[in-house]
Amino acid sequence: MTIKWILNGAARTDEVEADETLLHCLRKVGCLSVKCGCETSGCGLCTVWMDGTPVLSCSVPAPRAEGHAVTTLEGLQEEAAEFGAFLADEGAEQCGFCSPGFIMNVLAMVRELKNPTEEEIQHYLTGNLCRCSGYQGQLRAIRKYLAVKGGEQG
Amino acid sequence: MKAVSTGVRKKDAMSLVTGKPVYTGDLVPPNALRVKLLRSPHARANIISIDTSRAKLVPGVAAVLTWEDMPQSRFTTAGQTWPEPSPYHRLILDRHLRCAGDPVAIVAAETEEIARRAMRLIKVEYEVLEPLLDFTKALDNPIVVHPEDNFRTLCPVGTDQKRNLVSTDSFTVGDVEAEFAKCDVVLERTYNTVANNQTMMEPFCTYTYLDEYGRLNVVSSTQVPFHVRRILSNALELPKSQIRVVKPRIGGGFGAKQSVVSEQFPAIVTKLTGRPAYLCYTRQESMANGSPRHQMQMKVRIGADRDGSIRCIDLYALSNAGAYGDHGPTTIGLVGHKSLALYGSLRASRFTCDVVYTNTMGAGAYRGYGATQGIFAVESAVNEMAAELGMDPCAIREKNMVRQGQRMPAYYGEPCNSCTLDKCMERAKEMMGWDQGPTHWTLPNGHIRGRGVAMAMQGSGISGVDIGSVEVRLNDGGFYTMLVGCTDMGTGCDTILAQMAADCLDCSVDDIAVRGVDTDQSPYDTGSYASATTYVTGGAVVKTCEELREKIRLEGARLLGIDPEAAQFDGEKVFLPGTDKVMTRAEIGWASYEGHSKQLSASQSNSSPISPPPFMVGMAEVDIDPDTGAVRVVDYVGVVDCGTVINTNLARVQTEGGIVQGIGMALLENIQYNPQGRMLNDSLLQYRIPTRLEAGKIRVEFVPSYEPTGPFGAKSIGELVINTPSPAIAEAIRAATGHMFRTLPIRPEDVVLAGLED
Amino acid sequence: MYTARNYVKAESLAQAHALNQRRANAILGGGCWMRMGERMYDTLIDLSGLGLDQIQDRGEEAALGAMVTLRQLETNFMLEKCFDGLFRKCTQHIVGVQFRNCATLGGSVYSRFGFSDIVTALLALSCQVELAGAGRIPLEEYVKQPRDRDVLAWVFVKKDGRPVAYETARNSETDLPVLTCALSRVGESWRAVIGARPGISRVVEDSTWEGLEKQVQALEYGDNMRGSARYRRHLAGVLLKRCREQMEVSGV
Repeated sequence: MTIKWILNGAARTDEVEADETLLHCLRKVGCLSVKCGCETSGCGLCTVWMDGTPVLSCSVPAPRAEGHAVTTLEGLQEEAAEFGAFLADEGAEQCGFCSPGFIMNVLAMVRELKNPTEEEIQHYLTGNLCRCSGYQGQLRAIRKYLAVKGGEQG
Repeated sequence: MKAVSTGVRKKDAMSLVTGKPVYTGDLVPPNALRVKLLRSPHARANIISIDTSRAKLVPGVAAVLTWEDMPQSRFTTAGQTWPEPSPYHRLILDRHLRCAGDPVAIVAAETEEIARRAMRLIKVEYEVLEPLLDFTKALDNPIVVHPEDNFRTLCPVGTDQKRNLVSTDSFTVGDVEAEFAKCDVVLERTYNTVANNQTMMEPFCTYTYLDEYGRLNVVSSTQVPFHVRRILSNALELPKSQIRVVKPRIGGGFGAKQSVVSEQFPAIVTKLTGRPAYLCYTRQESMANGSPRHQMQMKVRIGADRDGSIRCIDLYALSNAGAYGDHGPTTIGLVGHKSLALYGSLRASRFTCDVVYTNTMGAGAYRGYGATQGIFAVESAVNEMAAELGMDPCAIREKNMVRQGQRMPAYYGEPCNSCTLDKCMERAKEMMGWDQGPTHWTLPNGHIRGRGVAMAMQGSGISGVDIGSVEVRLNDGGFYTMLVGCTDMGTGCDTILAQMAADCLDCSVDDIAVRGVDTDQSPYDTGSYASATTYVTGGAVVKTCEELREKIRLEGARLLGIDPEAAQFDGEKVFLPGTDKVMTRAEIGWASYEGHSKQLSASQSNSSPISPPPFMVGMAEVDIDPDTGAVRVVDYVGVVDCGTVINTNLARVQTEGGIVQGIGMALLENIQYNPQGRMLNDSLLQYRIPTRLEAGKIRVEFVPSYEPTGPFGAKSIGELVINTPSPAIAEAIRAATGHMFRTLPIRPEDVVLAGLED
Repeated sequence: MYTARNYVKAESLAQAHALNQRRANAILGGGCWMRMGERMYDTLIDLSGLGLDQIQDRGEEAALGAMVTLRQLETNFMLEKCFDGLFRKCTQHIVGVQFRNCATLGGSVYSRFGFSDIVTALLALSCQVELAGAGRIPLEEYVKQPRDRDVLAWVFVKKDGRPVAYETARNSETDLPVLTCALSRVGESWRAVIGARPGISRVVEDSTWEGLEKQVQALEYGDNMRGSARYRRHLAGVLLKRCREQMEVSGV
């Protein structure tokens, strides 16, 4: 079936299967930042935005993208690099396989929560698993990033 | 300008955080066949017949392969230096199935959907046999897991396949029974650990193709590219010269990818069809048929005097290799060598062990590699002894721990050249406020807090076995290329080695381009395991750079026409002091690529006769809800002696990550089987690894010693850091509840039910 | 992962209902659980175009569309205010924000999983479900029925101001629960709901606290990977007490 959707700001038309996941479709059209780490909707690696809301692209049926705007890390390169630099300066990206999904959710959180507490940050990001870092460096990166962002906003 | 001991950003960091396609699955050729494996639903069975005729008729199916299509040479999948201590007992597909999920057929098709459809059309008739699932009953059981007559071993590890014995070993230092007889207190305790899954975020995946020379190219998420080349050569009966292995970025390994897990299947498809082929394990496959930690049962006998002097430890370990013995004979040694050696006070010690076959999933290498299990048992026993003697668990360790300058009889008699374990303990106590507070107390909300401690050690490479090689070239314009054969799996070794090279060559890290790993082009390295890379390959970097510096100096002197004896190279230029004779590195680089000159390149290998242990002290503070049994690690202090810290950020994150994996092992991760031998929790939904809410607060510091045999004084860190949480948390729970839990993981239910027994 | 031949974005509830009468077809909720199955469907029916993603304040009751996500339930101000934070408490442990942005109320209620936090919480309130075919029936009745071909469209929750509390025990923060417990007080009567026994949530009511506790202890509990029957029975007592303490702290 055919879907008309917006991917990373550009309107497009694609052929998808009835039982195709958004994850599969996104990788097919070249958004290779989107990773798959489980089959049980639980690791957060495949996180993308649908109309600005972070979702698991492994669980969203591709046909449901019809009429919606989907954003992947490919569409947020500048912001990814900006926050990613903080992550890199902690050495907390490690293997990096969970980084795209994690960063998608961090950037969604920054938009959704105003001055989040540490508890709110941890709660928002619980669905993003990481086996390398022990999560501490991710939190340090977020704190430093938010401090700089907060400073910019005055 | 020193790069070593700073927190240099990883060279590949920005491509990783911006989601660039750098992993195996991102690089697959578009025309690659998709490979799927039909797997056995039975833990023990023989294949009576397989009918693949209908599957082969599905349009788009390129191959359906069964055991009849496979080479019949048995091999090991363990990524180890030849001759491997692991038995040669695997086939790519075997007629005899030894664990649930053993592969039965390989399907290769144009799309994954077609492959799945074809897979459903394969008809298999099984002779289902009773499985052997309880590893404590494996030895001399009438069920023999490996009855085949072409089973073979390359090393004398005590294998007896008819007894289900993978290997057996022992060592004794001093007169154990005589020492026990002299002890005031002797405790005997049994500890149990289950298999743990590495659960790296990127599952096992590999693609293969034939290149323009007709050679088999293997691009794989592996920690051991050179071993993969040899193992595939054995498995496919293909000369090694016909195989090239390339490692792109890896999404985590933790030892899982020190075995050939996914490589052989697309490789045989490519060999037989000539087509590119790609196999990516599902998470379920990665969980149920990966290469997890060995399940173990350990009996500890520990003897001490009333004053807290630990005189003697006797440790017996039984290890469950599961269906395949890969890494079985080697992991077990660390159970004894890397736990008993923590105690310099021992007048006698003994370690005996058996590794047995069962029909559970074959085990492999997981961070810590036996040391983790052994340290849980011995450190827990020491904690129990401290409690028995009414002693502080830190004090008993301060009295008995190994110290710099000692020899370690239980650790192959190696010298303890570098060790700040005592200072790590001192610092950990300060950070935790250990001496200022009680080891257990109750909060106003009724929760109980408890504190526990444990020590740990590991090695730095396998002494006399591991080898690392490096090649560094000076290029036109003056930048360097460094070729390495060790595998960065996210740990940052490409960057760490560049930091060392930068300091050796007096240049910046950015002046060094790193490339790894391609077995056609990289210098030989055993691979990234056994905590080898920083220490072993780092040593090769130092040697290589020394050689290259000398070559640059001599070539500069030749080009300048000055006395080579008097010429100096300061990293930027070759010059004759006191004169205006100067040639920059850039100029020498350019000149070396013109006629009448030569490329300046150096390559050295390194290995070590010893494997200097890094040390660590871990302290846990747990919060226990006595009514639900919920245990939360609210504070964890880790103080590490890894010798010189090469990259301060990466060492810290390694430690934090290892501690959280250790917390998972202690409290959550619990592989379970049903009575038929099928794994019950083969998904991230059912096998729970710690989320950030279970990680708690982790505080890490370093007290570096200086290891004289290590590059820049460095030892290792990667594995060490997973070893303290299990015993430290068990002790914290004991302090809080009065109950010692000797079986991992310690579940909320266990805590509550133990309380109800009171 | 499931397979399917067709995907229909329903234009009306009636169309969805008609399509759903074929056994080979199925209603698609958020997709989070359905993808874990291996079933082969003919047609998947998508309700996302029917305005069922609304949380409406209808005065005496709150109307929750079947396609409302768990995250909407968690963050809705009206629900937070009217039901003592119940909807936040019963959703916040479920996997993660992205999962809750996908998974739907309808999917949770229709599936009637024993481990469902949502079903346990809703049963503590006065709820009705509206089905495309059968119309409005009490939730308590619905969860006892086997899954059928009707289409769940709305859940109505009476805003009767009853005090309500929610507690769960989990082996880790975002794991499936070992036990769920909701408690409410209607007039002089206590109403307790115990879920993840591991079977489907059970409701017990009693006019005395002691009677309620006895009934909760008398429920059937079973073993699974996450805990034994004995542990669950123990937890039921603990969580029930905690729910009552929650209510007392809230001053009700």
